[in-house]
Amino acid sequence: MKYLVLILSFFLISCSSSKSPVDLAVESKVFHYGNGTEPQGLDPHIVTGVPEHHLLLALCEGLTSSNPRGGESLPGSASSWTVSEDGKTYTFYLQENGKWSNGDPVTANDFVWSWERILTASLGSQYPDMLYSVVNAEEFHTGLISDFSMVGVRAINEDVLQVTLKEPTPFFLGLLSHYSTWPVHKPTVLEHGSIDDRNGQWTRPGNFVCNGPFNLKSWELNKKIVVEKNPLYWDANIVELNEIHFYPISNEMTEERMFRAGQLHVTNTFPSNKCEPDIQEKNPNLQIHPYMGTYFYRFNTKNEALKDVRVRKALAYSIDRKKIVESVTRCGQIPAYSFTPPGSNGFFPDTKIPFDVELAKSLLKDAGYESGESFPVLEILFNTSEGHRKVALAIQQMWQQNLGINVELVNQDWKVYLSREMIGDFQVSRAGWIGDYEDPNTFLDTLRPNRGNNKTGWDNYEFDNLLIKANATLDTEERYKILMEAERLLIDEMPIAPIYTYVRVYQLHEDVKGWYPNILSHHHPKYLRIEND
Amino acid sequence: MLSIFFKRLLLAIPVLIVVASITFFLVRLAPGGPFDAEKAVSEQVMKNLNEVYNLNAPLSEQYFDYMSGVLVGDFGPSFRFPGRSVTELIMTGLPVTFELAIYSMLIALFIGVLSGVTAALKRNTFLDYIPMSIAMIGICVPTFLLGPLLVLIFGINLELLPVSGWDQLPGDKILPSITLGFAYAAYIARLSRGGMLEILNQDFIRTARAKGLSETRVVTKHAMQGGLIPVVSFLGPAVAGLLAGSFVVETIFQIPGLGRFYVEAAFNRDYTMILGTTIFFSFMIVVFNLLSDILALWLNPRSRDV
Repeated sequence: MKYLVLILSFFLISCSSSKSPVDLAVESKVFHYGNGTEPQGLDPHIVTGVPEHHLLLALCEGLTSSNPRGGESLPGSASSWTVSEDGKTYTFYLQENGKWSNGDPVTANDFVWSWERILTASLGSQYPDMLYSVVNAEEFHTGLISDFSMVGVRAINEDVLQVTLKEPTPFFLGLLSHYSTWPVHKPTVLEHGSIDDRNGQWTRPGNFVCNGPFNLKSWELNKKIVVEKNPLYWDANIVELNEIHFYPISNEMTEERMFRAGQLHVTNTFPSNKCEPDIQEKNPNLQIHPYMGTYFYRFNTKNEALKDVRVRKALAYSIDRKKIVESVTRCGQIPAYSFTPPGSNGFFPDTKIPFDVELAKSLLKDAGYESGESFPVLEILFNTSEGHRKVALAIQQMWQQNLGINVELVNQDWKVYLSREMIGDFQVSRAGWIGDYEDPNTFLDTLRPNRGNNKTGWDNYEFDNLLIKANATLDTEERYKILMEAERLLIDEMPIAPIYTYVRVYQLHEDVKGWYPNILSHHHPKYLRIEND
Repeated sequence: MLSIFFKRLLLAIPVLIVVASITFFLVRLAPGGPFDAEKAVSEQVMKNLNEVYNLNAPLSEQYFDYMSGVLVGDFGPSFRFPGRSVTELIMTGLPVTFELAIYSMLIALFIGVLSGVTAALKRNTFLDYIPMSIAMIGICVPTFLLGPLLVLIFGINLELLPVSGWDQLPGDKILPSITLGFAYAAYIARLSRGGMLEILNQDFIRTARAKGLSETRVVTKHAMQGGLIPVVSFLGPAVAGLLAGSFVVETIFQIPGLGRFYVEAAFNRDYTMILGTTIFFSFMIVVFNLLSDILALWLNPRSRDV
């Protein structure tokens, strides 16, 4: 027995390494990144999702590049660009020494071919509408035209790319920071499949060629993806990291323990039940920053009771948002009084949603519901999550107490919830929306009639016209005025009830430098450094 | 014996076909599809995607297409991971899950048999009560509690072992194997105690002792062979359970095994992946049950004669 204990102790001690991966990183410049779930893939034209975005930021680059501090886009594959007076023609001048990771030069034709690829219907890309503002892009994608040369993108020469838009689209440069608009290396893609092959093997280590600051080194499914510095990148001089290890960690508790054990520099998330105690204990690694996302409740305006705007307002006015963020979510969330989060590229909506029980009651009375009891039983649909359940319970209680109506909670599996929302089989459903680019349009556009993400049945053509008008307006101040009108109209019609603005909550190691909070939470890895103070 | 083996193996084929068919139609009945997401795609895009994966074809056609693929070992492409086939995904996760299952089973057998046999030999003494109480706790404490608890003690407080990973840091396989093995050790302890108690009261054990054999020889040579038959019968389903049921441990310890693919495929409605893993696990269950039956048959002279 004595020997057994001795052997076991020796074994355990020999296993424990005195230095953690994070300690070793000061020398090795290897960044350990908690990256949520296993990415679907690395093909920028096929994948969707945030973990994929983190990886693609390291591996590929679009015409513009995300600003590490948020706001205006920075030069990417294009060193500069000009916009015509009517705002419809963009001319991009590519980096002189822009190269693919195999040494080939990045040319304007690479972009033309890449955009043809994403707009090819048989590829089944989920983000072709990112380019719908380009002349004939939608027509090509939907099969109305088959000649890609009619689409408004062309190579003037090897280094100059010209894009022609249908309407001046003031947020067009912002769209270009989305990976669906990024280029892929034509010879590599074609070597491993056709232009519309979803299952091509070009994204495997050894095959992968792209134009970002890092190269794909290895990819072990559900374990980690390693990228290493790309010496051929045009801006390689400013890249300080040698490698980044991306770990797909779907369990937030596991991730938190890995961070504590020095296995990660940054986590993807933070356990919500630990948030409040850690804020009180002043955990120096805990980061809480506003995020361009809104948590809201959708009303099904086709529903007999909810088609009356007074009912929708009564419901929205009887939610105490402050109480929800202070007593339920408790992690720095901000009560939301508009759909577009404040500060989206300098846009601050002035709408108000009062918490006024008396007003809510009288609105309900005006709508023909003398007392809450005469109101039909209302169902709140949400997908399985402790957080959603807590918010739904709070709102159920508020509606029952403040308005006297009966509310039932309907919890569904994620895909069942999505399909019920999609076919309109709900009364009230919880929802969240995260902006794709830094502009109010990424929010307001979703509620236009015929938009797949509207889901409320609210078809308001006045709202639609305001957005069309705004997107044709070049002057930002003027445009924001129109968008403000749209936002006011939306809050006045209340097809949705905003609840709170999201915050990004995660842990960041103190050795990490060059990581700045920004509203889209885009952290370009080329600026990251590891330094021990 | 060989004919029993082949007969049972043949019987497995209709079982697998029924499992595959039921699963095929059940996953299609479940609301929601593989491409539904919070950011809904346009009708055009959905149409394109359904065309790419032949989901527009009549269900019966899709069923026969799929089954004819399965017959030649083609489980189709994963919907969730474009560019990867279901076979590739299974083959990536399987070695890891298998390794974890083997280590866990070895730990479970070592702890379980040792404490079960000791408890039986020292019946109604503290050497019986203590291991059996621990076994009871082992059965009651779920892995999702035991795992994080071990991590907190050995990983974070004592800093002796890595808190997660597989084949990444030295010693990272120890905690997951113990966590998964412990629950099975508890069952094995109780089964081997029960089996041994029954055997130790038999006449042939008394005869062996009367002949003057040492106690060690009586136990190892004569009693354990019969006393551990319940454990052997338990091994088949247990190994199959370890393979299919390691999802929790894989998630807690960030292990790239098959269990995570299996469960996440269901959440993602990755039709081909759900089917592929279900068929594969069914096959494993059939095979391991068969193996443990044969082993039990071989160990037990009574059933050999039948």
